[in-house]
Amino acid sequence: MDKPQKHTWLFEISPKSNLLDFKFKEIWQYRDLLMLFVRRDVVTLYKQTVLGPLWYLIQPLLTSVIFTLVFNGIADIQTGTVNAFLFNLAGITIWNYFAECLKATSDTFKKNENIFGKVYFPRVIMPLSITVSNLLKFGIQVLIFTAFYIFFAITGNAGSISPYLVLLPIIVFIMGMLGLGLGMIISSMVTKYRDLTFLVQFGIQLLMYVSAVMYPLAIVSKKLPSYVSWIVEFNPLARVIESFRYMVFQQGKFDIGFIFLTLGISIVVFLFGLIIFNKTERNFIDTV
Amino acid sequence: MQEKDIILRVEKLSKQYRLGVIGTGTISHDLNRWWHKIRGKEDPYTRIGERNKRNTVGKSNYVWAIKDISFDVRKGEVLGIIGKNGAGKSTLLKILSKVTMPTQGIIRSKGRIASLLEVGTGFHPELTGKENIFLNGAILGMTKAEIKSKFEEIVEFAGVQRYVDTPVKRYSSGMKVRLAFAVAAHLEPEILVVDEVLAVGDAEFQKKAIGKMQDIAKGEGRTVLFVSHDMDAIQKLTQRTVVLADGEVIFDGDTDTAIQAYLNQGMDIKPYHEWESMETAPGNDFGRLKSAAIRNEKGELCNRFSVRDDMYVEVTYWDLNTEYHNTAIIHVVNERGQRLFASNEFNAPDWLEYHDKTNKGIVTATCKIPRHFLAEGQFSLLVAVGNYNPEIIHAVEDNLLSFEIFDDTTGDGVRGPYAGKWPGLMRPMLSWKIKKQPLDPK
Repeated sequence: MDKPQKHTWLFEISPKSNLLDFKFKEIWQYRDLLMLFVRRDVVTLYKQTVLGPLWYLIQPLLTSVIFTLVFNGIADIQTGTVNAFLFNLAGITIWNYFAECLKATSDTFKKNENIFGKVYFPRVIMPLSITVSNLLKFGIQVLIFTAFYIFFAITGNAGSISPYLVLLPIIVFIMGMLGLGLGMIISSMVTKYRDLTFLVQFGIQLLMYVSAVMYPLAIVSKKLPSYVSWIVEFNPLARVIESFRYMVFQQGKFDIGFIFLTLGISIVVFLFGLIIFNKTERNFIDTV
Repeated sequence: MQEKDIILRVEKLSKQYRLGVIGTGTISHDLNRWWHKIRGKEDPYTRIGERNKRNTVGKSNYVWAIKDISFDVRKGEVLGIIGKNGAGKSTLLKILSKVTMPTQGIIRSKGRIASLLEVGTGFHPELTGKENIFLNGAILGMTKAEIKSKFEEIVEFAGVQRYVDTPVKRYSSGMKVRLAFAVAAHLEPEILVVDEVLAVGDAEFQKKAIGKMQDIAKGEGRTVLFVSHDMDAIQKLTQRTVVLADGEVIFDGDTDTAIQAYLNQGMDIKPYHEWESMETAPGNDFGRLKSAAIRNEKGELCNRFSVRDDMYVEVTYWDLNTEYHNTAIIHVVNERGQRLFASNEFNAPDWLEYHDKTNKGIVTATCKIPRHFLAEGQFSLLVAVGNYNPEIIHAVEDNLLSFEIFDDTTGDGVRGPYAGKWPGLMRPMLSWKIKKQPLDPK
């Protein structure tokens, strides 16, 4: 309009956007909101029915019992010196963190349509807060696992703790980033295809069976032909879960190089998810 | 307008929506469509939602919700935005608040924008009042420290001191709304976008809310974009108003003229009605209505008057009566349906001179409704023509025209400078006589 642009505009709203603008600065500005969302999730969880928080204990325990009966009892999978129940519990505990993050973030846009349609904040705050508050549920499950671990350690059925256990935060970080990244990609697709949410439920189930949650990684190449076993062997999730078990039982495979490779993969998945998510966030309210 | 005062500039802003079928919304439907397509069959999901609200059936699948909107906002200005449903207000608001992006054009801003499209966004019933204040404040863009420093003020403004630690699910709906508004009102962005939030709570709280809005605008010197259907609130809060219609700015200027422009759109609020021909006009062989109009002092058509304005109702009819004396009749009905008064042409002292049973003709009878007579509000007008002795009504049109009367607090009216609700169906300026006796000296 006016020839020399002597205005110093603080910001602009325009149809153009930079695909690689991750808006980390803006996310940082909203860190208080992130923590308040986490707080809300935690407080409301606590304030719900008695069974609410208890569910986070019952679910992994019952699943472990069933797995132990089916896979170790019926299918006769050997878990070495480690007690089969404890072995399965370890797998489920770490798997649950990934699965919960993925499940909860994959319908971000649909679930928050109302609030997203009324007020702006960096949308990614929402899935991020879910990932953080799931950390608390993960913590509860780790406590349960620890209790059983101590119990079986006394009876001598728990292997021994590896010094690599100090890398546990990295393992958890990888699971969180993978869950969050995939969740963001799916949540962006859900704005277009609503029936995708059912697929997610089902997909997570299937993914669990090829992620070495309830069997040692080594058994796969032994029992299955190579044209099938690669699905498990090259599944980063399977390797991460196997690594977690190595940390607590010192049994199975462990490759520190692979851990850092997976860390790299998970960060790439997260950034890719963020790009798609940020792209969707701009106009999704017109299509839901 | 000083260039450097501009805090927000909207340039050629447009938003396009695609109608009809974008995707079917589910994978299974999309696969089914694809399967139909490769077999050369008709797409089973077309023809859904082809018609759009702007009646351009089939022509194009795209509609411009807003098109080439441009305006500047100065620092400290309170800008009103009005328009009917579908005029593009909500779309503009959504773009301003970054909920969705424009298709073309740009908004430049020198200040933080906070929007209040809804009060209580993100309130969680299980959380206490205090927790919700923090959460809602953060959603609206405040930092924790900012909320903390204003916490006492917010609680006091909402009047919920006793219930801060009670879960919001136990609050009455009024309390919830008050709390939500209180949080929003204590936001401190440079630019505040407000959408009709004043229409909440009881009368006392509404007064408080309007007062707070006035403070924000006047006292604290912040820039406010205020969107509303409530002409009273627009009039009280803003000097300048933008009127949107069908996605375009049809007026941008002083609020009084803007409201006029807004009210003059569309049929139902036209201050004028005319029938096309004598044959189709209501009536009989004795008299037929021709037209009716509401005019101001200058003789212009007008349907919005101050309580200080005289108003003229003009009834034109074919006077075909050679047996009795015809008279035009008007009734004024207020928005609650109460018939305030009726008035007849035969009150004119020279009435019989025009109705001497001999000459047919077209009669134009004008009734002056004086200033300081009707109270503020919306009124509808019944127009009729008939004769008395015997009483025969030839034509009657109820709710034919409508008009609005407003009041302000400039001090020369019946209400003086008092800004609160003024009671009474009528607002006559009556004469008072005063006597005063000194107290008996001891």
